Amino acid sequence: MKPTDINDPEYFHKVVDCQYACPAHTPVPEYIRLIAQGKYTEAYMINWESNVFPGVLGRTCDRPCEPACRRVRVEEEPVAICRLKRVAADNKSNVKPFMPQGPFPSNSKKIALIGGGPASLTVARDLAPLGYEIHLYDEWESGGGMMRTQIPSFRLPLEVLNEEVNYILDMGIHTHFNHYVDSMAQILSKDYDAIFVGTGAPRGRQLDLPGYKEAQQHVQIGIEFLANVAFEHTEEIGKKVIVLGGGNTAMDCCRTSKRLGADHVYVVVRSPKADMKASPWEIDDAEREGINILNNLPPKAYVMENGKFIGMHFEHVQAVYDDNGKRKLIPTGEEDLFIEATDVILAIGQDNAFPWIERDLGLEFGKWNLPVLDRNTFQSTLPKVFFGGDAAFGPENVITAVAHGHQAAISIDLFCKGESLAKRPAPMTNLISQKMGIHEWTYDNHIADDLRYLVPHEDNEKALKDRKVEVELGFGKETGFKEAMRCLNCDVQTVFATNLCIECDACVDVCPTDCITFTENGEELELRERLNAPALNKSQDLYVSDILPTARVMVKDEDVCLHCGLCAERCPTAAWDMKKYLYNVTKSYEQDGAGVTI
Amino acid sequence: MSYIKPQFHHPELKKNKVGYYKTDYEGVISTLCAGCGHDSISSAIVHACYEISLEPHRLAKLSGIGCSSKTPAYFLSNSHGFNSVHGRMPSVATGAGLANRDLIYMGISGDGDTASIGMGQFVHAVRRNINMVYIVMNNGCYGLTKGQDSATADFGSISKSGSENPYTAIDLVGLALELNAGFVGRSFSGDKSQLVPMIKAALSHPGFAFIDVISPCVTFNNNQGSTKSYSYVRDHIEATSVLDFVPFEEEIKVDYEDGTSAELELFNGSKIVLSKISSHWDPRNKILAKKYLNESKENGQILTGLFYIDTETESFHKKLNTVTTPLNKLSKNDLCPGSSKLTDINKTFM
Ligand SMILES: Cc1cc2nc3c(=O)[nH]c(=O)nc-3n(C[C@H](O)[C@H](O)[C@H](O)COP(=O)(O)OP(=O)(O)OC[C@H]3O[C@@H](n4cnc5c(N)ncnc54)[C@H](O)[C@@H]3O)c2cc1C
Ligand SMILES: Cc1ncc(C[n+]2csc(CCOP(=O)(O)OP(=O)(O)O)c2C)c(N)n1
Ligand code: SF4
Ligand code: SF4
Ligand code: SF4
Ligand SMILES: [Mg+2]
Repeated sequence: MKPTDINDPEYFHKVVDCQYACPAHTPVPEYIRLIAQGKYTEAYMINWESNVFPGVLGRTCDRPCEPACRRVRVEEEPVAICRLKRVAADNKSNVKPFMPQGPFPSNSKKIALIGGGPASLTVARDLAPLGYEIHLYDEWESGGGMMRTQIPSFRLPLEVLNEEVNYILDMGIHTHFNHYVDSMAQILSKDYDAIFVGTGAPRGRQLDLPGYKEAQQHVQIGIEFLANVAFEHTEEIGKKVIVLGGGNTAMDCCRTSKRLGADHVYVVVRSPKADMKASPWEIDDAEREGINILNNLPPKAYVMENGKFIGMHFEHVQAVYDDNGKRKLIPTGEEDLFIEATDVILAIGQDNAFPWIERDLGLEFGKWNLPVLDRNTFQSTLPKVFFGGDAAFGPENVITAVAHGHQAAISIDLFCKGESLAKRPAPMTNLISQKMGIHEWTYDNHIADDLRYLVPHEDNEKALKDRKVEVELGFGKETGFKEAMRCLNCDVQTVFATNLCIECDACVDVCPTDCITFTENGEELELRERLNAPALNKSQDLYVSDILPTARVMVKDEDVCLHCGLCAERCPTAAWDMKKYLYNVTKSYEQDGAGVTI
Repeated sequence: MSYIKPQFHHPELKKNKVGYYKTDYEGVISTLCAGCGHDSISSAIVHACYEISLEPHRLAKLSGIGCSSKTPAYFLSNSHGFNSVHGRMPSVATGAGLANRDLIYMGISGDGDTASIGMGQFVHAVRRNINMVYIVMNNGCYGLTKGQDSATADFGSISKSGSENPYTAIDLVGLALELNAGFVGRSFSGDKSQLVPMIKAALSHPGFAFIDVISPCVTFNNNQGSTKSYSYVRDHIEATSVLDFVPFEEEIKVDYEDGTSAELELFNGSKIVLSKISSHWDPRNKILAKKYLNESKENGQILTGLFYIDTETESFHKKLNTVTTPLNKLSKNDLCPGSSKLTDINKTFM
């Protein structure tokens, strides 16, 4: 293998598994250390820079970072990254002084943002400090998009949402609420220099089965139901509710139903439990509240009796997987199941819909009625129109919408300046030794063997009475500290200096997870097999040195390194050093001209 | 500075035949200087015991004084141990071996501990063929007392302070051969592929098994002009053979060319396979061993490998014809069988 090029900014970035997995590449270990030090405000600001909504995300994020956490590979449970974010948000002091302070000198450019969800709000935040005049349109009475209309208050209190939405709106954003944009042509005819479409994926799917016409008034679409509850247009529901669907929307619908007075709530899912789309923790939370989840039951018909809706019929199926892992649901032949119900809520998916965009503007649409976009720049076929969030590639989540927003903001800024959109700003990186003394590090390199701490929950009785009572209580400072100590500091990199190594083997001997091998060089696949501990996880890189005096190379498998620093402590010549790698995705308001071309 | 080892180990780490992970054979974090050769030897011992599935409670570690003699703290935390007085480990080993012949004894010593203050004890342990593995972590100096030349420092070797050693070295391997040790080897702390099988073989040898391990003192004897530095040893090392230890019941997997390999069966049925560098080499031939050793010394080489093995060695217990029950397990009735037994015995003299 060739010696590893550690100057490639992505090499060490990939070692920071959580940050790499985060769509917005939030510097996770950096903020976790700050939490451990009690520096909540600083930890909050690191988050705010990257993901814009730390308080919201600390409660609701889909947490793609957690399955990626190294702790999963060396222990079992990931660090509670998401809930630690909340610890920062809950305990911070006044953060406003650390945010860009308006009014910002105008650059005489005007931008329209259609839709007031996290994608548009991120664009607003990233562009306002540069002097853009920003006009935000949303059909609802306040901003936040689905964070407000869909995510229930028992998961995300309104105060938390309002606070973080207002940090952005207070930057001098011109809001046009209660304003549904019904014509793109009209927007284009105004004097906007660029337009960003962040309208989400607003259409919930219908389910037309036998009996639908008659039962119709007892059948609601999940996302409409949740929005109506959020704006207090719906305040009650029947006693027996069937929720169809196995995703997170279904979980929010069933838990909301319970709070609106339903006694029996069934979530009925076509597929096996293991295939459900909902996050495991959302399923746990629903079950904890006494909700029944029934699997392998595709719906067959809405059932009426004497002109009255009485429930639904379901077929029994069994999942069969072919050699390619493709699933087929095969009827088992058992008698259909009847479930009694007063109401049915459909949570079987969302579609994108752009009825307000005329199709003769030069803005092309492709598969699934999605706009044709450049994956990196988010530019549509109409150069001044950009898309992001769920509107771009279909329904995802808040953090993805934020990540899109950052990149779209960069594109819009480049576009308005007349520069090439392909010239993206390079990430800001920084590699600094953590050595303080002979064997002293600026980070706590002790490896805590504590198991993941559980977030305390409100009593069911209290929580189910009022849909605005937050269920999760969050970690207190003390548990937050202990959980933070579980972090392995994967951003503190083991950096090897070939010219210093005397090949004494001390690092090999001390490494608790057998990461290091001195051996003859070879092809990657073959080399992986003959390391001290075979490096079977190919998604993780091998760090290979230059040729050493004994004609061997040092090979380090990054897979299960604990970043404990013992190799560097035991190295007599400081050939290993522990260096903190900071990787920051450059935002539009942080550009310094340096860039990478894609 | 870390004082506690992380509890996590490689997820693919396997248990050995007796149900232990390699980490179960480790000790506390070393307090020796970073890069000390002794730590590599500790690690080789861990590997060897794990790989031959030795139950840790069946082994006792014995040592004297010195950095080397401290190492038993850094491996086999679940074994017995006795850190004795400077140079006096052999007498403790002799006593312990007599009291409980069921344990496996591993003596760890330094070149100072063995070749200076402990020389008198060492030679008698060899001569008596005490049932033990005796490892000397040989760095050519007194590491613990800040690096004075030891009796194994080579003539002319330059110390860290710049002085040349005016005395000739005691070659512990030559001495052990001379004293009829039944297992004599030399290795290098930086060569685990040789050292680990050698330790495994030594653990299977009844009687005295001696291994001299060159082990650079990175702090006091790793300077230019030292003949025990990492770079000097690497430049002058010469292996007699590649050694492979095959435990009892396991099949020999490697095919060796005829005439270049020797297969030696140990008393417990395990085997040592030596693929030889020279076709004249026979580790059962002591005269040849001495000859090679002397020649290599003349040539300025550091010869390593298993030099000599006597597979029919007569151990201490055999020589003394001790009972198979460990002495510490004999009950009062065994030791004082009563007056009628005495009468019987006395009758045999009449
Ligand atoms: C029930 C439910 C629960 C969810 N829970 C989570 C969660 O816990 N964590 C998570 O990360 N994600 C969650 N999501 C997904 C998340 O809400 C979305 O992925 C995210 O909000 C998308 O952001 P966005 O900026 O693209 O658009 P959205 O948040 O959808 O905002 C778009 C806004 O534009 C408005 N709009 C649309 N068309 C127009 C128009 N023509 N004129 C004016 N305004 C318009 C919409 O009404 C909406 O307010 C959930 C989604 C649902 C449905
Ligand atoms: C009776 C006695 N005399 C002298 C000493 C001082 N002393 C401690 S260690 C040591 C030499 C150790 O050398 P070596 O055995 O080679 O061990 P190393 O530290 O080199 O591994 C000496 C002389 C002592 N501890 N006890
Ligand atoms: S930091 Fe060094 S010693 Fe610790 S696990 Fe990683 S490679 Fe091994
Ligand atoms: S401890 Fe340092 S000098 Fe020794 S082998 Fe490892 S990197 Fe090289
Ligand atoms: S002084 Fe020498 S022998 Fe002792 S621990 Fe340090 S390097 Fe090892
Ligand atoms: Mg010594």
